[in-house]
Amino acid sequence: MAQVASITLMLNDDARPIIESILADNTGVRVLNMTGAVKLDRDESIVINRASVEERLGRPWDPQEIHLVLISMAGNLDEDDDQFTLSWRH
Amino acid sequence: MSGAKKLGLKQRYAHMTRGLDWETTYQPMDKVFPYDRFEGIKIKDWSAWEDPFRLTMDTYWKFQAEKERKLYAVLDSFAQNNGQTGVSDGRYINVLKLFLTGISPEEYQAHRGFAFAGRHLRGVGPRVAAQMQSLDELRHVQTQIHTISHYNKYFDGLSEFRHMHDRVWYLSVPKSFFDDARTAGPFEFMIAIGFAFEYLLTNLLFVPFMSGAAYNGDMSTVTFGFSAQSDESRHMTLGIEVIKFLLEQHPDNLPIVQKWVDKWFWRGHRVLGLVAMMMDYMLPKKVMSWKEAWEIYFTEAGGSLFTDLARYGLKVPKYADVATAEAEHISHQNWAIFYQYTHAAGFHTWMPDAEHLDWLSAKYPDTFDKYYRPRWELWAKLEKEGKRFYNNALPQLCQCCQIPMGYTEPGDPTTIAFRSSTYKDQKYHFCSDGCKDIFDNEPDKFVQAWLPVHQIFQGNCGGATVPDVLAWYRMNVGADNMDYVGSPDEALWNEWHAEKLRKAV
Ligand SMILES: [Fe+2]
Ligand SMILES: [Fe+2]
Ligand SMILES: [Zn+2]
Repeated sequence: MAQVASITLMLNDDARPIIESILADNTGVRVLNMTGAVKLDRDESIVINRASVEERLGRPWDPQEIHLVLISMAGNLDEDDDQFTLSWRH
Repeated sequence: MSGAKKLGLKQRYAHMTRGLDWETTYQPMDKVFPYDRFEGIKIKDWSAWEDPFRLTMDTYWKFQAEKERKLYAVLDSFAQNNGQTGVSDGRYINVLKLFLTGISPEEYQAHRGFAFAGRHLRGVGPRVAAQMQSLDELRHVQTQIHTISHYNKYFDGLSEFRHMHDRVWYLSVPKSFFDDARTAGPFEFMIAIGFAFEYLLTNLLFVPFMSGAAYNGDMSTVTFGFSAQSDESRHMTLGIEVIKFLLEQHPDNLPIVQKWVDKWFWRGHRVLGLVAMMMDYMLPKKVMSWKEAWEIYFTEAGGSLFTDLARYGLKVPKYADVATAEAEHISHQNWAIFYQYTHAAGFHTWMPDAEHLDWLSAKYPDTFDKYYRPRWELWAKLEKEGKRFYNNALPQLCQCCQIPMGYTEPGDPTTIAFRSSTYKDQKYHFCSDGCKDIFDNEPDKFVQAWLPVHQIFQGNCGGATVPDVLAWYRMNVGADNMDYVGSPDEALWNEWHAEKLRKAV
């Protein structure tokens, strides 16, 4: 069974550009809609790119702002100023 | 500094924490940190600790303040708009009663436990993360009390939550879980709460359940739920870093850590049985069944995690297979216990209606119609005939999880499971092999358990009769306890509903 990297975000205006950038940048991501939240799953890894979020948001975005809308996650986290990655790779 | 390039995240974090772990000179380090050796954990290099979020204290304050502002704006508008009248059904409030009496006080215990770990772990990385978590947990208990206090203006069963938490029989289940963790050493605490509870199991509590609150029209609870849960990602990360760090530091740590993972997985599984019952029985509008939540959050998420941890030699927790098989039964068996003891419970119970029964049959096709529907139909029939079934005997409790011994044998859902151990000429009873193993590993700790039924029989709970004990619980008899049908909550709800219909025409 493939290891599933996963991120759950609030479903609100702050999170929408992040959700859209995840859908655009991660092929094969699976979406589970819950009331008020959305769970995004993908085999092995999921990446959030600062540049893609900024493109949708129209202003500078610090990956740490994700703390305001993050509900849950699975995978080992690697974060720097340009991206936020969850993965089971080593 | 003008012209200097802005520091990157990794550098900022390194500067922020640099030098916080100096070697003491007036006193030996072992006297300053007296608790981080006795558990047998070996640490060679504390600086190998990684905090992948690298959240610095100033950023932490900024984000937390923002979260609070958002939460309190929602709470204000919920109160202004009489949001309590817009939830799916009056029965829904019982979920909040169980949450406030059973879970919120544990947020406070988590606050204290992480304050202790944040003081007593020798490495600076885990100390900073544990201190932030300690503040988060304090925020959680405060926002929960604040949010639910609005409901306390209208509904029963909420006002004495703190008093009840230390006394009422079923609340000893979560209470003893945290008491056990808080009386362990700092490393066991970190595995118990940081890893087993936060990483492995907390999703089951907060994600589908809080989404359920939203689905049932409770915007205030979902907002505190998701606001708390936004801290939870940091807590989960701390939990997984703890386990990786301990396993990387020394091979001798593996058997100790494995024993803790086994223990706290099983204890957590038992506590979460209360959440299973909330999801399958107490949310008037259902989001997903307990079994579905278990598949997503334990089988799939836990499977990925333990595949990852296998490279350190760590195995899937003992009895994970038993717990997964129990996902078919646990919510039904717990609801049966509360229905029988509704006179001693601080929230209301009811038998599922026809639509709810069909939902349960669809969600549990292999077990519900065979084992549980007939019992619910019989109890509903007895209610109609004026012979509502109450269990008036005090139940035998499991010495470990403290739950009444109502669970069944693995693979045999019609036989109650009984296990026992003899220790220093006394016999102790358990609901399962998982609970018996935990006792057998630490009998000197678990013989001291404050078991509510034993305490009643010993005369420590206000008197010898049920009314004496309920008075000692500060239970408002006839309002806080018994069935929803016929309760003051129901009367109030029906009045609101009638008013809405009047206004609509
Ligand atoms: Fe919490
Ligand atoms: Fe937490
Ligand atoms: Zn037990």
